[in-house]
Amino acid sequence: MTGNNSDAPVVIRIKDVKKQYRLGTIGGGTLKGDLQSWWARLRHKEDPNLKIGQEGHVRNEKFMALDGISLDVHKGEAIGLIGSNGAGKSTLLKLLSRVTAPTEGTIKIKGKISSMLEVGTGFHGELTGRENIYLNGAILGMSRSEVTEKIEDIIEFSECRQFIDTPVKRYSSGMFVKLAFSVAAHLDNDIMLMDEVLAVGDMAFQKKCIDKMLSVVRESGKTIIYVSHNMQTIRQLCSRGVVLQKGKIVYDGEVEHAIGLYLNQAKMQAAKSYEFDGSKRGWNFLTEKVLMERLDVLEREDMVVRDGENLRFRLKWTAKEDIKELHLRMMIHNNDQAVVATAVCPAFMECRKGEVYERDFTMNVEALCTGTYKVLMVLYESDELGSVIDADAVWPGLIFERDKTSVLDWKPRLFGDVELPEIE
Amino acid sequence: MAGKEEWTTVIRPKTGIFDLKLGEVWQYRDLIYMFLKRNFNSAYKQTILGPLWFLITPLMSSSMYTVIFGQIAGISTDGAPQFLFYLAGNTAWGYFSSCLTSTSSTFTGNAGLFGKVYFPRLVSPITTVIYALLSFFIQVVLMLAVMGIYAIRGVYVQPNMHLLLIPALIAEMALMGMGFGIIISSVTTKYRDLRILVSFGVSLWMYATPVVYPVSQIPEHLRKIIMLNPMAPIVSNFRYAFLGSGSFDWYYWGISWIVTAVVLFIGIVIFNRVEKTFMDTV
Repeated sequence: MTGNNSDAPVVIRIKDVKKQYRLGTIGGGTLKGDLQSWWARLRHKEDPNLKIGQEGHVRNEKFMALDGISLDVHKGEAIGLIGSNGAGKSTLLKLLSRVTAPTEGTIKIKGKISSMLEVGTGFHGELTGRENIYLNGAILGMSRSEVTEKIEDIIEFSECRQFIDTPVKRYSSGMFVKLAFSVAAHLDNDIMLMDEVLAVGDMAFQKKCIDKMLSVVRESGKTIIYVSHNMQTIRQLCSRGVVLQKGKIVYDGEVEHAIGLYLNQAKMQAAKSYEFDGSKRGWNFLTEKVLMERLDVLEREDMVVRDGENLRFRLKWTAKEDIKELHLRMMIHNNDQAVVATAVCPAFMECRKGEVYERDFTMNVEALCTGTYKVLMVLYESDELGSVIDADAVWPGLIFERDKTSVLDWKPRLFGDVELPEIE
Repeated sequence: MAGKEEWTTVIRPKTGIFDLKLGEVWQYRDLIYMFLKRNFNSAYKQTILGPLWFLITPLMSSSMYTVIFGQIAGISTDGAPQFLFYLAGNTAWGYFSSCLTSTSSTFTGNAGLFGKVYFPRLVSPITTVIYALLSFFIQVVLMLAVMGIYAIRGVYVQPNMHLLLIPALIAEMALMGMGFGIIISSVTTKYRDLRILVSFGVSLWMYATPVVYPVSQIPEHLRKIIMLNPMAPIVSNFRYAFLGSGSFDWYYWGISWIVTAVVLFIGIVIFNRVEKTFMDTV
């Protein structure tokens, strides 16, 4: 499937598209600021609120999610958009699906476009499966007669025929996504945008979904733009790969090359010391009682962990509050950003407010197979009932490679990323 | 191969002011129908009284008005039976205020849906306004039934030829309610203050409208101001058509239509502007 159809007509022309977001909180004094900016624009003067730190990446400042993207998509192409989190993939899909508008630049589209940024958009729990097919179809841009024409296929594909006249709130989550995908898969539009949506249902259904999408691309000459962290599905589905990095296109061409480039991006980031600034915070639900500052890998030439070696590192953090028992959790992710294993250092220290701490840790990653891994590193405490309260998290806290000699030719896609000790 | 520069959609940072996209709304009429069906099917699932609620609320509030404004305050009703007078005012005002308040949360209430898929956003407020007609018509039927009961007991009101203008009155309330509603919903995506004002403002507005009093009771020097309130001639004309009390005012009704047209136009322009980027600020 080496579809380089550059003679086929262009169906999407993206030209110098930029999308700007404001970091930090919105609101609170912005009415005044907005009026000022508006008044300045009206007089073609410089915006007084833009002057400081136009470089972006500072809190409460501007941030370019897309920074000058130009791309021509030809009819019948299946493009895989690849990039690490925050590279701008989803933003690009949002612009294409008209959920939000670009800050600069134009996008021209020939034909009807349908977006599957999330399956089950607009499903209503009180309505039956059948009613939801009509509703969801209408939301995705199908007319009633079109849905009526296809409803038998949709029900058949969803494997939910038995429950089709039951309200969907009684469905299991698996049935729900199956039905939702089925509606979207039967859209008859020229251009389809998809964001990770193929990963629904059980393994058998996932395969069915991919086969369906493949047949759509091959037989009907539809154009697909697909975003995923799962390189496997990109390989299967796409004929052209586009790698995004920090809002810019860094590669556009052959799929395997694009994937290789993306995987190497992670490898390149593997370093021996890490500073944790605000942008590296893992997620939102943190008590922030401690703040990790830096991590240094110890006693090591490179970041390749070979057999018989341990990973030793020194972590430095500040305690913002008193903590009786601090724990460390290392959640190890593979290249598809899926978590494959977790290691814990339980109750290793008591912390006092305001103090700065440093401690050395030793982690055994023997069981992991050859590959590049990223670690989501979390400091947490647990309450008397044993539930975990995360205090601080950094992503990526640590990136390393593993070089393992396995008892057989280890294929992560078949066997997973962890090889347990030999059976006796 | 089709002509190379024939694009179906061109996405730009901003569109022209007069690009109202009403044609696109028409293309999505099936979606309006499906939303209506969804609202209808899901509205009264798992309630005991179900659609009876459509009747209970106007009956309760009209009774309350009868006691407070009719009996205690003793405000004249221009000769119409008090209960009917308040019921008629309530029906008209209720439709307008529900159009306004429910469309005013269009963006904030649908953020989840709007953030995932594109359809002309105007579909949402239009659906709301049409759906509100349902409870309005049920109340009109209720009002006719009450008129019948009064007639049996020998109290006659005078429904007249002006009933033919009722569709125009309904349309105006829908358009104006939606106009104000979408302006508020557009502004609240960024500044949430307005949302607090809405319910409060609507109840104040009701007292500036002849709902619980007839136009004839307004002191001369205030009448001009109150009648410039675009809802005032609508409520009073609505009541005149059904009950024959008061008078049918053409002059202020004309002004009210002008206000409606202006508000609706401004509303759609702002709405279309906000819909493009509201996902980034909501």
